[in-house]
Amino acid sequence: MSDEHIDEISGVSTTGHEWDGIRELNNPLPRWWVWTFYITVVWAIGYTIAYPAWPLLHSATKGVLGYSSRNEVKNELAAAEVAKGKYVAAVESKSVSEIAADDALREFAAAAGGAAFKVNCTQCHGSGAQGSAGFPNLNDDDWLWGGTAEQIQQTITHGIRFATDAETRLSEMPAFGDIITADQIAQVSAYVASLSGKVHDASLIQPGAKVFADNCVACHGDNAKGNKELGGPDLTDAIWLYGSGETAIADQVRAPKQGVMPAWGARLGETKVKELAVYIHSLGGGE
Amino acid sequence: MLDKTQVERLEAEAVNSARIRQRLYAPRKKIFPKRASGNFRRFKWLVMAITLGIYYLTPWLRWDRGPFAPDQAVLLDVANRRFYFFFIEIWPQEFFYVAGLLVMAGVGLFLITSTVGRAWCGYACPQTVWVDLFLVVERAIEGDRNARMKLDAGPWTARKLMLRVFKHTIWLVIGAATGGAWIFYFADAPTLLGELFTGTAAPVAYITVAVLTATTYTFGGLMREQVCTYMCPWPRIQAAMLDESSLTVTYNDWRGEPRSRHAKKVQATGQSVGDCVDCNACVAVCPMGIDIRDGQQLECITCALCIDACDGVMDKLGKERGLISYATLSDYNANMMLATAGGANSVNPSLVRTADGLFSDKVSHFHIRKIFRPRTYVYMGMWSLIGLGLLYSLLTRDRLEVNVLHDRNPQFVTLSDGSIRNGYTVKLLNMIPEPRTIVVTMQGLQGADMSVVGDDIPAGRSFAIPVEPDRLKMLKVFVRQPAEQIRGTAQIFTFRVEDRASFEADEYTATFNAPEIAR
Repeated sequence: MSDEHIDEISGVSTTGHEWDGIRELNNPLPRWWVWTFYITVVWAIGYTIAYPAWPLLHSATKGVLGYSSRNEVKNELAAAEVAKGKYVAAVESKSVSEIAADDALREFAAAAGGAAFKVNCTQCHGSGAQGSAGFPNLNDDDWLWGGTAEQIQQTITHGIRFATDAETRLSEMPAFGDIITADQIAQVSAYVASLSGKVHDASLIQPGAKVFADNCVACHGDNAKGNKELGGPDLTDAIWLYGSGETAIADQVRAPKQGVMPAWGARLGETKVKELAVYIHSLGGGE
Repeated sequence: MLDKTQVERLEAEAVNSARIRQRLYAPRKKIFPKRASGNFRRFKWLVMAITLGIYYLTPWLRWDRGPFAPDQAVLLDVANRRFYFFFIEIWPQEFFYVAGLLVMAGVGLFLITSTVGRAWCGYACPQTVWVDLFLVVERAIEGDRNARMKLDAGPWTARKLMLRVFKHTIWLVIGAATGGAWIFYFADAPTLLGELFTGTAAPVAYITVAVLTATTYTFGGLMREQVCTYMCPWPRIQAAMLDESSLTVTYNDWRGEPRSRHAKKVQATGQSVGDCVDCNACVAVCPMGIDIRDGQQLECITCALCIDACDGVMDKLGKERGLISYATLSDYNANMMLATAGGANSVNPSLVRTADGLFSDKVSHFHIRKIFRPRTYVYMGMWSLIGLGLLYSLLTRDRLEVNVLHDRNPQFVTLSDGSIRNGYTVKLLNMIPEPRTIVVTMQGLQGADMSVVGDDIPAGRSFAIPVEPDRLKMLKVFVRQPAEQIRGTAQIFTFRVEDRASFEADEYTATFNAPEIAR
C-alpha cells in the first residue's frame, strides 16, 4: 500500500489503512488547530523554563521566575497579618471590657475568639459552648466565677483547680459524707432542692435549713445565692452543673465532683485569651 | 426599457456550490461583498444606526436616584452586587428578572424566526451589524467589490500596503471603541473614561478592552461569515424553527428558471425562458458568499441584500420585482406545482403567466394572516405571560425584607431563672437608596421579649433601628420566654418588620425551641 490512494467519493487521499474494505481518509487538521497546537507546545516549553517543572533526583528545577506556591501562601498569610494588624494591635492594648464595648473591635475579637474556641474549648464545652453534665454551658447567665469580660479572661488565663498555676481559681467543697449524717444529707438536699423547685417530703426542709446554716453558708451564702469570689454556686437558680433534684444534690453533698479547667494563658498568649473572653462574653450571658 | 444584454454581468460564484465542492478543511475563500442599494439596505442602515447608538450611548444616560445611589441609568455594579436599570434596582436575589428577560428573548427569537425567518441574524445580530460596519470601512478605503478583488490579487505595492495598514488600523480602532464602550456598563462612565486615559483605571478594565478589541477585530474583520457558518449554533437550530409558513429569503425559480444569459436567442428557438438572466448580482452582494438560487441553506443569514440586488436588475429589465423575495415554503411549493404542471415537468415559467405576460391569478402570494397560526399564538402567549408575570412581580416586589436564621447550636439555653432563650440572626434588607428606620416587632410567643446584642436597646417586644440606604443590616437577637409561659417544644411566632413612613412591611415566621420540660 505504498502508492497514494485517493477516495473516489470525497476526492481525499487515504492513509493506506484498510479494514474490511473500509479506508481511512487522510483529512489533515485545520491550520488554525495545528497552529494552536504548535503555540501550546512553545508555551509549554517556556512555561517549564519559567516555573518549577522538571523533576531532578532530589528536587526539581526552580524556574527562572523563582515562583513557589509555598512562598505565595507565606505572602498571602503575611498580607492577611498586615491587614488585621490594626485590630490585633487594638486588642493587645485595650482591656476586654473596652473591646466588648467597641462594635467593630468586638466583632473582630469574637470572630477570632470563635475560631480559637473551636480548636481549644469544644472538647469539653461543646461546639456551641452549650456544655454538658459537669461542663458548664457558657451561653447562659449563670457564672460560677463571674461573667464580666474581665472575670472570664481571668478564668481562661489561670484555669480552675489547675494545680500548676499559682493563681488558678480554687474552690473545694468538702465531702460531707464524712462530716454529717445520712439523715442530715437528706434534709439539706431537700432544703436546697426546695429553693428552686418542689420536694417530695416538705417536713425535711425545716431541719435541712438548719444543716445548711451550720455547714454551707460560708461558701454558698446565707440565702444560698452563692459567692463568685469563692466559686460557690448559686443554689437557687435553674442551672445545675451536676444535675438537679434531691438525689443529684445529695450525691454532690456526699462526695462532690470537682471539675478542672486548664490554664490557657501560657499556652495561647494574652491576646488569644482576650479574644476568647470577648467571644464567650458575647454569647448572650455576659454580664 | 433596456435590453437584457445591457445588464452588467458579474463574475461571481457561490463558495459552496456543488460544482466546486472541496475538501473538508479547505482554506477560506475570500468574499468581497458588493455594495447593495434598495429598501432592505436602507432598513439595515437604520437598524445599524439604532443598535450601535443604543450600544454606545446607553452608559452615558443619567438617571437621578438621590444621593445614596449612582446616577447612571444602566449600571451593572459588580463590586456592590447591584444592577441598575433606569427606575429598577435589582439585588442579587432578584436576578431571576434577568433570567426571565433572557427567557423572553429566547421565546421572542422563536416567534420572530417562525414568522420572518432569521431576521435576528440578518439585521440585529451584533456579528452582522459589526461586519456591516467593518465592510463600510473596507469599501471606503479599498473601493467596491472589483477594486478590492483587484487590489487583493495584485502585488504588494506601497499603495496596497498603505491601504491595508489604514484599513486594519481603523478596524482596530472600532474594536477598541467596542471594548471601550462595554466596560462603561460596569462603572460610572465619565469617571472611568477619565481614568482610562490617565492610566489609572483598574487592570481588569484594560484587559477587558484588550480582549474585546481582539475579538471584535478578529470576528468582524477577519472571520466574518465564518463565525455564522462554523461557530454559531443558531443556524443549526433554525431548521427546527422554520416551517412552511415562515417567511424566508427565497429564489423563486418557478418564475426564474430556466435561467439564461441569452434569453433572446433562446426564445427565438421557441423555448421558454425564466426571468433570471444569471447576472450573479445576488451572489456578488452576499456577505456570506453564497448563491441564494441554490435554495434555502445553512449559511444564509437572510440579510435580504440579494433581494435588493435582484430587484434593481428586474427594474432595469422592466420585470416585476421579487424574483428573489421573502416567501413562505407553502407559497413557493404551490407556485412550483403550478410552474411544473404538478411536478411532472421541469419549470416552465409561461405556466405562471397569462397570455399578456402578467402573473396568473393562480400564483400564490404571501398574506399577512399566515403570521397568525397556532404556533405563533403559542409563542406570543408564552412571551406575554412571562412578560406580564415579570411585570407583576416587579410592581409588587418588596423593597423591605427580613430574613431570619435560627441558632442551631445550641437550639435553646436555659437561664438561671428557668426561662428559655433562643438566638436568631435577623437580617434587615433596606432595598431602596434611602436611609430608613425599621421597626421590628415580635408577634405571638406569649410573655416573651427580645434583646439585641451590642445595641443599647432595652429588652421588649418591639424596637426601632436605623438601616443604612441600600444595605443589609444584620442583628443578633435573643428571644427569651419565662418558663411558665412555654407551650410546647417548638412554638411558632412572627418577626414583623415595618417602615412606618412608607407602610412597607415584611414578616418572617420563626420557631422557638424549648426543652421537653422547661423545669
